[in-house]
Amino acid sequence: MSIETEKALLEGLASHDTSAIETIYRENYSVIQTFIVKNNGFPEDARDIFQEAMIVLFEKAKSRSFVLSCQIKTYLYSVCRRLWLKKLQQQNKNYPSFELLEETVPVEDDLEVYEKIDNDFRLMERALMKLGEPCKGILEAYYIQKKSMPEIAEAFGYTNADNAKTQKYKCLMRLKKIFFAQYRNGE
Amino acid sequence: MDDTLLLDAIERYRNGEMSPNEITFFEELRKNNPEIDQLVVEHTAFLNQLEKHGEIAAFRQQLHEAENKLTREGVISADKTKGKSAVVYLWTRYKKIVGVAAAIAGFVSLSTATFVSKYSSEKKVQEDIQPLVDRKINAVTNRLKQLETQMTIASSANKTAHPKPAFEANFRATGFLIDGSGYLVTNAHVVDNARNIIVENKKGEQFIATAIYADKPTDLAILKITDTSFRKVTGLPYTFSKNTSELGEHIYTLGYPREEIVYSEGYLSAQSGYSGDTTEYQVSMSVNPGNSGGPVINKNGEVIGIISSKETNADGVVFAIKSKNIYTALKQLNDSMGIKLPAVNTLKNLDRMQQIPKLEDYVYMVKGN
Repeated sequence: MSIETEKALLEGLASHDTSAIETIYRENYSVIQTFIVKNNGFPEDARDIFQEAMIVLFEKAKSRSFVLSCQIKTYLYSVCRRLWLKKLQQQNKNYPSFELLEETVPVEDDLEVYEKIDNDFRLMERALMKLGEPCKGILEAYYIQKKSMPEIAEAFGYTNADNAKTQKYKCLMRLKKIFFAQYRNGE
Repeated sequence: MDDTLLLDAIERYRNGEMSPNEITFFEELRKNNPEIDQLVVEHTAFLNQLEKHGEIAAFRQQLHEAENKLTREGVISADKTKGKSAVVYLWTRYKKIVGVAAAIAGFVSLSTATFVSKYSSEKKVQEDIQPLVDRKINAVTNRLKQLETQMTIASSANKTAHPKPAFEANFRATGFLIDGSGYLVTNAHVVDNARNIIVENKKGEQFIATAIYADKPTDLAILKITDTSFRKVTGLPYTFSKNTSELGEHIYTLGYPREEIVYSEGYLSAQSGYSGDTTEYQVSMSVNPGNSGGPVINKNGEVIGIISSKETNADGVVFAIKSKNIYTALKQLNDSMGIKLPAVNTLKNLDRMQQIPKLEDYVYMVKGN
């Protein structure tokens, strides 16, 4: 694959382009599955690991400083390999390292960034679950789906946008409280 | 200023929705009020976090959709690891564990081998010191000599036990009585494939035993002493816990990592064992090959588990089979043997130093080939 095509794929990935995601899956998934199944994993594990690697790549593609220093294929393989090895070692503390046969690139820094992002993602996910409905729905509608206040008022049955707005801030304050409480507890 | 109003201001400021006048006012406000400034920073960071979460959630959703689509197209295999392939996967997955187990077994036999040679050379020191290499080559001669030596030792020590046919033990582990009429519990991996099993108590009396039960999944085995020289013993001091023990509970074990009984102590560190095995506990203590099959006892003198294995590369990570599995095993034996677990605990309220001497007589070395 040419550098231009790869670059276009990454740009597509960064802008949530479905066809870019599918292309990357088509090109790379089977290699990763073979690798994981060969190394004590199930195809289900391969799916999870590949998804995680895709998020790492997504983050990487979105960062302004991103320079493609190797092929997507090599990058994904390196990330999956590290992630899988880590998982195996968590399950079984004396798991030996794989012998290195394929070309890999250092991905430790990216994985460190990813780990933090993933951790924050989980914290927020949990906080949102604890928050419950309708708060969760209102906040997602406003902050993530970027719906307008009148739209939200209608969808959630508030008499007017101002009421919905007040409710939204109450929800947000509660969410913050839950989130930071978890953060402090080191959950 | 009202909290919601302030938050609203922060958000409008963040989104660039303020008029130039408002911005000047707001920035002035921040400058003069550290708490407000702090809140602006915190709230902005939090909103970034929330938006980031939404972004990743959306991306994950896209990944799922792509995955599903490609699975339907057959690009991603839809294998749900059924039937035979599951066995293959399981095998590849547990191959390593089997390897570790084999390595432990290898270590046990190695240390036993070292011991045997030490044993025989010590006892034969007056006659001739036979190098290890020689002994191995001349196994037959050595066996004869060993028999001879053992007979001499047996008669000189005036033991009540019959001299046992000499054989080279290639494993050694621990077991303990669950019924004074001669039933012991140990690990299934200990007696697996054993042709001869001999149990030896603290006094050095040896008895021939056979495995009447061995269950690989729980790694539990029950031995019966078949030796005619065995006399029923009474007063087993411990009882067997049916309940799940709590994390942090102080525990100890007695076992035969050496030819002499060895005490080791620690605490219960997890409710499940290797790879989440719920039939086991994880305990933290220092044990060695030979400790397998030893009782894990809590401060009340209850047997809560049986030592089974340890992590090779981690310190003090040991797995013990939960004692309630003994009840299950006995149930499977169908009570035809009439095995009765001790019902009276005479260790309770004693401190450890007093418990151990009462216990030692019931913990046996299990060896064989």
